[in-house]
Amino acid sequence: MIKFKDRINPPNPLLQGGISVYFKIAILLSILGFGNANAQKTYTHIALINATAHIGNGKIIENSIVVINKNKLEMVNSITGIRLNPSAYDTVIDLSGKHIYPGLINTNNILGLHDAEAVRATRDFSEVGNINPHIRTLIAYNTDNIITPTVKTNGILYTQATPRDGLISGSSSIMALEGWNWEDAVLKADDGIHLSFPKAITRKFTEEEGLSVASNKNYNTEINYLNKFFDDAQAYCLTTNAAEKNIRFEAMRGVFNGTANLYLHAEKAKDIMSVINFVKKYNIKKPVIVGGKESYKITAALKKNNIPVMLNRVNDLPDNADDGVDMVFSTPSLLQKDSVLFCLQLEGDMEAAQSRNLPFNAGMAVAYGLTKEEALASITSNAAKILGVEKEIGTLEEGKLASLVVSDGDILDMKTNNIILAYIAGKNIGLTNKQTELYLKYKTKYGIK
Amino acid sequence: MKRISLLLIIVIFFSLKYTAQSTFPTNGAPFNIHSIYAFTNATIYVDFETLIKKGTLLIQDGRIIAAAEKVDLPKNAIVYDLNGKFIYPSFIDLYSDYGITDSRPAAGHNHGTPQMESNVKGAYGWNQAIRSDYEAYKVFLVNKEKAEELKKSGFSSVLSFRRDGIVRGSGVFVNLTGKNENENIILDKAAGFYSFSKGSSTQDYPSSLTGSIALLRQTYYDALWYAQNQNKNEYNISLDALNKIKDLPAIFEANDKYNALRAAKVGKEFNIKYIIKAGGNEYQRMNDIQNTQLKYIVPLNFPVAYDVEDPFDAEAVSLAELKHWELAPTNPAEFEKNAITFCLTAADLKDRSQFLSNLRKAVKYGLSEKMALKALTVNPATFINVQDKVGSLKKDLFANFFISNKSIFENDAVIMQNWSGGEPTIFSDINALDIRGNYVLNTPGKNYKIKISGDLPTPQAKITIDTAKKNLSYHFTNNQISFSFSYDSTKTIRANGNYDAISKSFEGKGQLANGDWFDFKMTYESAVDTTTKPKPGDKKTDLNLGKVIYPFNAFGEPLPDEKGIFKEQWNKFKNRYSAILIKNATVWTNNDDSILVDHDVYIVEGKIVRIAKNIDTPKMAFAKIIDAQGKHLTPGIIDEHSHIALTAGVNEGAQSSSAEVRMGDVLNPEDINIYRQLSGGVTTAQLLHGSANPIGGQSVLIKLRWGHTAEDLKYEKADPFIKFALGENVKQSNWGDHNSIRFPQSRMGVEQVYKDYFTRAKEYDLQWQSFSKLTPKNIEKNKVGTPRKDLELEALAEIINKKRFITCHSYVQSEINMLMHIADSFGFKVNTFTHILEGYKVADKMKLHGVNASTFSDWWAYKNEVLEAIPYNAAILTKVGVNTAINSDDAEMARRLNQEAAKSIKYGGLTEVEALKLVTLNPAKMLHIDDKVGSIKAGKVADLVLWTDNPMSVYAKADKTIIDGQIYFDRDEDVKLKEYVKTERARIIAKLLLEKQKGGKVEKLKLKHERLYHCNTIEGVDEELTGHR
Repeated sequence: MIKFKDRINPPNPLLQGGISVYFKIAILLSILGFGNANAQKTYTHIALINATAHIGNGKIIENSIVVINKNKLEMVNSITGIRLNPSAYDTVIDLSGKHIYPGLINTNNILGLHDAEAVRATRDFSEVGNINPHIRTLIAYNTDNIITPTVKTNGILYTQATPRDGLISGSSSIMALEGWNWEDAVLKADDGIHLSFPKAITRKFTEEEGLSVASNKNYNTEINYLNKFFDDAQAYCLTTNAAEKNIRFEAMRGVFNGTANLYLHAEKAKDIMSVINFVKKYNIKKPVIVGGKESYKITAALKKNNIPVMLNRVNDLPDNADDGVDMVFSTPSLLQKDSVLFCLQLEGDMEAAQSRNLPFNAGMAVAYGLTKEEALASITSNAAKILGVEKEIGTLEEGKLASLVVSDGDILDMKTNNIILAYIAGKNIGLTNKQTELYLKYKTKYGIK
Repeated sequence: MKRISLLLIIVIFFSLKYTAQSTFPTNGAPFNIHSIYAFTNATIYVDFETLIKKGTLLIQDGRIIAAAEKVDLPKNAIVYDLNGKFIYPSFIDLYSDYGITDSRPAAGHNHGTPQMESNVKGAYGWNQAIRSDYEAYKVFLVNKEKAEELKKSGFSSVLSFRRDGIVRGSGVFVNLTGKNENENIILDKAAGFYSFSKGSSTQDYPSSLTGSIALLRQTYYDALWYAQNQNKNEYNISLDALNKIKDLPAIFEANDKYNALRAAKVGKEFNIKYIIKAGGNEYQRMNDIQNTQLKYIVPLNFPVAYDVEDPFDAEAVSLAELKHWELAPTNPAEFEKNAITFCLTAADLKDRSQFLSNLRKAVKYGLSEKMALKALTVNPATFINVQDKVGSLKKDLFANFFISNKSIFENDAVIMQNWSGGEPTIFSDINALDIRGNYVLNTPGKNYKIKISGDLPTPQAKITIDTAKKNLSYHFTNNQISFSFSYDSTKTIRANGNYDAISKSFEGKGQLANGDWFDFKMTYESAVDTTTKPKPGDKKTDLNLGKVIYPFNAFGEPLPDEKGIFKEQWNKFKNRYSAILIKNATVWTNNDDSILVDHDVYIVEGKIVRIAKNIDTPKMAFAKIIDAQGKHLTPGIIDEHSHIALTAGVNEGAQSSSAEVRMGDVLNPEDINIYRQLSGGVTTAQLLHGSANPIGGQSVLIKLRWGHTAEDLKYEKADPFIKFALGENVKQSNWGDHNSIRFPQSRMGVEQVYKDYFTRAKEYDLQWQSFSKLTPKNIEKNKVGTPRKDLELEALAEIINKKRFITCHSYVQSEINMLMHIADSFGFKVNTFTHILEGYKVADKMKLHGVNASTFSDWWAYKNEVLEAIPYNAAILTKVGVNTAINSDDAEMARRLNQEAAKSIKYGGLTEVEALKLVTLNPAKMLHIDDKVGSIKAGKVADLVLWTDNPMSVYAKADKTIIDGQIYFDRDEDVKLKEYVKTERARIIAKLLLEKQKGGKVEKLKLKHERLYHCNTIEGVDEELTGHR
């Protein structure tokens, strides 16, 4: 039995150089049930002490004490002035020099819904049909998919499994990155419906002309089609006992009664302005702009109508040659400045595999104007608020789920991001994956230290 | 007797001249006419520079007899008095499809099953885009309607050809008469036509611009071989035909400034002086266009104004597009200013009736009238050697001329008659009378005032009814006027009458609303003012044109001061500093001394000369001192794998080998991604062919010298490289089920592709080696033919001879192993494996082979062959001793390669210095340029980046990026450039809005944008199908 509680007061010299492999192996062993007879025991009351705690809402507690009791956070405080009684805990872990963060939240992503993107057999994020509110990602979310284990190792503990394609692509769900099955992993089922709002200007590629930008000829048709569906759906949802059930309309109830978000995917300022009109017209209670590449141009309208933004990747190219080279990098700080609630997401090329770079996208936003804690909030508390799970996750606050990660250094900088400990709802999760295993295997082959 | 014989000779001579001879039988009596026409009192342009103020033009039998101030009029001449009117030699268009009935078959591009071979049946060449056998004169058909349209714009002879294919055969030079084809053809094979566009060919090859260029090159070599080699076992219509048209004037459709330079380069290789069909944007790189020393055919299609009323929509219009709208009409003038020989064409005009107004626009924008005329007459005639037939009004030339009511350059001038081959097309009556004046109209019970004024030949009439002036619509032909007007809301008067030239008045019959007839008189009272007033905006001083920027894109810059800069040096405008001293930086040297704190780095004339503490401030002029306190200085970032700055395709993937294509042929120095990547500290990038086939194309190494021309981007004296590829892309695994025809479809086949090609390359090389040893005597004696030059095998032979080096796209360990064995068996080494995501599995074998690795930091899971990719790859390879780099293959990621390198600290524990080397010194080594760049050392080239923070941190930004000792990116300058973009946009948008208010044409948004390439990008194939990377 490794007695973690022995390692406080005075600090164990073993830990001076970092928690190190010794500690990781200890956790690994405890999870795998190796060690001695007591190894089967799971710690349910844990004190993490002396780390810098980044609460996720902008606050920092240096020399903190964070106490996990079963699945919840029992205490988050400065350790200064607290008389610690080690015997009150199953274990006490000294994390001097380390940083504790709320588990990062990955939004609007197909993570968990495919393995190899080019292999059709593994793709489960898109369904036939244009209007599919009844389609649910929840049940396709594969807790054993090959990508999530490589994502949680960088500090991401939750993902919003999101459907793609079509005008209304379906319902997303908020999933933990670890679980026995989707029922076990789900934090919030069917949190909202995803709608790709028609584009006033389209970009298309043709052989003759290359990539071109043009006014969308079908814009009015598309808008009318969308309005028709919403008119019908709204009317349907006014009654509770329709003579003939329509499962598409049934799936829309939450959008109209305010129990579910409506995620409106739109990038351009003009389209977002149309979204605002649309939201007002149908009295949508919980609208969210997803994408919002040009949201910085209309912050006043977003603020006034209280519409948050799930901002597309910070590491993206500007749409226009005339845009400043740092336009996209700077967008988060522009939203922050104008008090628009936003979180960061990574929709686009290789988005599932790229999820592990979520903290570094936030780090890039720091280089272009956010504070580090604001950047952290954009992938923790802000995301939780927008998703409607702020009571459960997003910050290190007492009463919330004990979903947190410990990093050697600044989690937002790839130079120092090194996750050594992670809990999802109080459960210690493993930090190995196939890639770390292959690394170990070939290190051994070549005798690399 | 003598007198008689002289008379006889004269008679015979005249009868020879005047008796039309024809092989055609006549049905009924011949109806030949030999009238002499005289046009007197006209302002005559005998040619573009010879003006007769008041003279006579005499023509007969379709030819000019004389054009002079004084001409003796033969008694039987039919005389037209052209007082006040103008006669010009008719225009010539060298770029026409007039009368080509089989022009432009349906555009080909094969979406379905690959087509490896030509669809054309017969003894033709192998590629369907080589149509050298096409002869326009054999299919030419007179088309009266089209001819009239052309003549209305002033043309009366054109060079017609078929716009299809890379080699397009010959064009025919014709008059535009209504007679039959036999009488219209002036020259049967007047010119050969070429382009980079495969046109209607459905064959897969070529599928890119670089492929088109390679095909044209190889075709010229093949034709040469075909002509020289007596022992060949092949008859080839296409090559034979190319040899037959090779000496004709060669007209090349470039349609773009950079394609013009590309064509010029190919022409130079084969000693062909192309006549380049321009595209209208040549003014953007005029100096380079001038340096081609070629002739040009310049179109007059200027962009229509964009609709920018919606400020959000207008964002989609780029500064380059806005500026082009503003400056395009200066294009012809720029050709003149730069003393480039050119002619003008109506080609490319969507609406041909715009030709004359666009011509005037070009004049308003600086083209001289004299040059405009020359470019439409003598120049085109001279280009195809028909100046003794058309282009001026000299004796015996074709009577091709037009009559206009005033100088053709005046806004309201119209062409009244256009003669082609002595046959007139009449658009308006040259005898039409000038009826402008104030009149009184008498009707029963009431008189009306009528004013006819405005420009001839169709002045407008106004009638005063009560006190209101209204437009009066009328017709006046053959001395007869007719009109109608309503004198109250329901009642109309109609009238018709004759004009009497002496009284200048009209008399005739009118009919009232109730049906009663009456006699009317319209009596001339007084003259009206007939002088035309210039409209505002007509003068050149009103244009307020912006400057051309280099490159022609946002974040380009105008020349600092156009005066005082020698033209030949203009493209070095970035060379502002002869020395730079960077003070107190943290210097990451990449040498043994590693990181030097608080050091100065001194750069003189592009080279690092000293690294030390407290270097004295230089006293020379143009020295820049940079305070780098708290900042970090590193070598410039080198991206080993990039696809930016390329034009029209990164893959020539139709065949399993495309070793003959060169990415250096298709550089685009205007790609905004050059500037974007400078802002991320990139100074050098290797631009690679894609990964669509096992043997790709030849790479090009560039420095990111934003603002310079394509040739100036190229890294000087760099070793040549070539792209190879393995795995799913070359097997076409993710391209859809129809792509299962091209060899190879398995990793087994890939090996054999290499074995086959290298075997043939070796034989090819031997063949040339033994041939080069033969003396001319030997050659003659043994009748040895010169071997065919094969650009593909030549490139592969260079690899075997260690003169060209392979960068190979690779993923899975088995194929990596295979290629090293292939290389060993042919006695060379693979230089670099790129991507190399499973390199960590065979790192020991790679080290043994001595190959370099250039990989991604953490990409994976995008296809089946990358499921075992690990982010620890770079660290393992490095630690095993393989020289390893991190590359981008992605325009976005290249802006932050420092961060990608830093991930190797996290994944695998490299030191910060080791990590930095992944994107600096290590790629320099694998590209064979580490003697010049990659570290900070006295004597090396000053390619440097100054960072705001530790460059391995996500928080570091490139503050300054220096190439060759010049600052190419500077965060402070960037702020100014953003401001310049903003104010230039605002200035031009204001102009556009004014244009719309004035009622000018505006176009809905439809704009072309740049394309981003990854190495899997295939032109015309959905990315969805090709998968990733």
